[in-house]
Amino acid sequence: MSIFLELMANGVAVGGVYALIALGFVLIYKATSIINFATGEFMMIGAYFFYTFLVLLGLPVVLSFILVMACAALLGLVVERAILRHMLGQPTISIIMVTIGLSSILVGLAELIWTSDFKSFPPLFPRAPIVIGEVVIRSNFFWGFVIAMAAVAVFALLFKYAKVGVAMRATAGDQMAAFSMGINVRSMFTVAWALGAIAAALGGLIIGNIGGIQPNLGHLGLTIFPVVILGGLDSIAGAVLGGFIVGIVENLAGGYLHDYVRGDIKELAPFVVLVLILLFKPYGLFGKEEIERL
Amino acid sequence: MTLLAVEDLSLSFGGLRVLSEVSLEVPAGRILAIIGPNGAGKTSILNCIGGFYRPQQGRILFQGRDITRLSPDRRAALGLARTFQNIALYRGMTVLDNIKLGAHAYLRTGLLSGLAYWGPARREELALRQEVEEEIIDFLEIEAIRKLPVAALAYGLQKRVELARALAMRPQVLLMDEPVAGMNAEETEDMARFILDIKEERGLTIVLIEHDMNVIMDISDYVVVVNFGQKIAEGTPEQVQAHPEVIKAYLGQKGSQA
Amino acid sequence: MRIGDYKVSYAADEAVFRSGTVRFWLGALFVALAVFPFLAGDYLLYMANLTGIAIVAAVGLNILTGAAGQISLGHAAFAGIGAYTAAILVTRLGLPFLLCLPLAGLSAAFFGVIVGAPSMRMKGLYLCIATLAAQVIFEYLFKNWDGLTGGIRGINVPPPSILGFTLHNEFRFYFVTVPVVIIVVTAARNLFRTRVGRAFIAIRDRDFSAELMGINLFRYKLYAFALSSFLAGVAGCLWVNFIKIVTPEHFPLHESIRYLAMIIVGGLGSVLGSIFGAIFMTIVPEVLKSALNLVSAVSPKAMAFLSPLQAVVFGLLIVVFLVFEPHGLAEMWRRVKDYFRLWPFEH
Repeated sequence: MSIFLELMANGVAVGGVYALIALGFVLIYKATSIINFATGEFMMIGAYFFYTFLVLLGLPVVLSFILVMACAALLGLVVERAILRHMLGQPTISIIMVTIGLSSILVGLAELIWTSDFKSFPPLFPRAPIVIGEVVIRSNFFWGFVIAMAAVAVFALLFKYAKVGVAMRATAGDQMAAFSMGINVRSMFTVAWALGAIAAALGGLIIGNIGGIQPNLGHLGLTIFPVVILGGLDSIAGAVLGGFIVGIVENLAGGYLHDYVRGDIKELAPFVVLVLILLFKPYGLFGKEEIERL
Repeated sequence: MTLLAVEDLSLSFGGLRVLSEVSLEVPAGRILAIIGPNGAGKTSILNCIGGFYRPQQGRILFQGRDITRLSPDRRAALGLARTFQNIALYRGMTVLDNIKLGAHAYLRTGLLSGLAYWGPARREELALRQEVEEEIIDFLEIEAIRKLPVAALAYGLQKRVELARALAMRPQVLLMDEPVAGMNAEETEDMARFILDIKEERGLTIVLIEHDMNVIMDISDYVVVVNFGQKIAEGTPEQVQAHPEVIKAYLGQKGSQA
Repeated sequence: MRIGDYKVSYAADEAVFRSGTVRFWLGALFVALAVFPFLAGDYLLYMANLTGIAIVAAVGLNILTGAAGQISLGHAAFAGIGAYTAAILVTRLGLPFLLCLPLAGLSAAFFGVIVGAPSMRMKGLYLCIATLAAQVIFEYLFKNWDGLTGGIRGINVPPPSILGFTLHNEFRFYFVTVPVVIIVVTAARNLFRTRVGRAFIAIRDRDFSAELMGINLFRYKLYAFALSSFLAGVAGCLWVNFIKIVTPEHFPLHESIRYLAMIIVGGLGSVLGSIFGAIFMTIVPEVLKSALNLVSAVSPKAMAFLSPLQAVVFGLLIVVFLVFEPHGLAEMWRRVKDYFRLWPFEH
């Protein structure tokens, strides 16, 4: 029983981080209809930014944290302005491939700048594990979860109440209508990319703090796809829920099936779940089916 | 003789009722026009006949056979061809390929013979080319543009290519959604002439939706008026024009704008 | 200059190679392909074989993704299935190479249909992610189904032979690769002259109105999946017989992305584009390697930058082509041809 609780707790903790990254992904998708295959690389770059500020430049933790967010926003902005703005109206395959190309560039650049050597942060939190009842959680997991949830809350409030959030939702609902209401649709695209990049970078920072960083950290970003498909590409609440489901499924599968199944079942399990869901709900659990018109 | 009949058709999306208990009969070899204000449900009727929408209630009979449950491609193979309000040509293909595409349902070439392009597959393609050139491209006077990509054409010509593609389906019934919308006077006249020729020379049955009342009065044999998803009147163009409900719902509305 | 190209029959107008000039250049190309192996060294022949194999796979992906519009991130997995099928058939049953080739294709096509069948209900992005899942799951099976695939050690394959004639080096294998490429390219070109090819494009452009044109969407999407994975399987079979070993590392997600990059850079939906793209994306990394080799004479550490530089260049190529030349090399080639057709009277 305590093993089960521990796996669940770890699943929830990791799931919270997935939720945050998926949220950034869905923000971009909702506002611009673009699937960002470079999400994992945004995470990786975010982690390296943090490493640079904290370790290489020796800045204080909080300042480094703020600078990471600023740099991530800048990265999102540059990517949107320099590349994706030119892709408006192109077929889906082209837009997907542009983000894949971008991810390759980011991986290469990261290796050129920071080399492929393994890097890790100095301990940021007290090392002692957190004990809740019978369950013991590693402190990096626990604090990562707390930060991720705080960020998710801030994003959700922003989206719901702030002026820019309302404008973004309007843009997501109907671009033409939003445009005619005087919303600058193009700047909404930029804002979405900046916010999406911040969410991914924070996620990367948390994951980097747990497991260290390497240029191929972005591979973890693939797990985002089961998350967002579970939740439906256009649902923020779904993304958060999907994050938890995938985190839990992953840990339970890793914990219980490890002895019976070969290989890295933890990485495989979310994709198996994904396939099962798509078989029965081709638009995900919470996604909207489009009504076609002629 | 009734070639195509719609019986008690009802359609809704979520809570929104789009059609309620619409019935109509299309006599063979005639032109039936469906008119009504925007949003009355005209295109939805065509979409149900073509199989793109599944009605919750009612039947569609073609040559006395119930086709309500058939998939759109099966209906196309039976002889129902369609043109669209917002042109639905394949923009990446040439005019010729777009028209040839219409012939899809009665061609026989399969995957393997297509890969080999040998014997029957080759003969079939060449026969198709000849038929398309002589029966359709000549008739619609589009020789000059047949090798151009569709995206390069003016709107009126695109509508004509769409008609050509529908004819290549060797249809018995032609479902046309606003064939002259957005055309200038000359193009409108050409299109009206083509539609009449198709009926008279080829004996096709035509169901069309149109807003241009002059065209309706000139070419249609029979008119059905719909409003708010219901049939409110039907008859010859003259009868419909004089019908009080129609004047209130549709013509009157136009008149007040003028 | 080449004008005044009149045809007197529809058959002449429907032909793929419509004029004497085109036939002349095509003949020249065949001669060049035949002479090449006798002049080229082992390295060039090695590259030529790899390029040919890539062309077969890229033509397959371009039929599915470029023409029929169904995005696949799992193409490498199907090539892997072909490679493993061939390796298993030859090592366990001792089947001859020429029989393995179509069987590898059929086995990949079988799995392609299994992945493709649910795609009927999915659109665009969801399908794309479903194929990603297929890639991940097949990769896992390659790695972990030890009894069948040999796990991470993979399967070693003896040199293939045709009628007692062993294809043990690059030179001999070239004479298998090139005919297969020619057959595949010709068949693909043919397909797009018939209703099947037209139906694919119709599905890509507007799949719902395609159905009203009498096209059975389900059947044709499955055709596209089957054909595309068949060609991937054939490419995989060629690959394993050429390299003589297959391991899970040979068919990762990145390889699927590389195939997508080929058809993007070459030209979506164009058979010629698949050829250009496969050549280009095979040669560029090699050029980069040679360039760094030269630099390393001056600064010895240069080779350490090879892998990240290749990643950057690979990404840049995709982005730059998509932004500046979305129709790829095939479109550039068409412009060059048009220029010379009217030359010297281009105005």
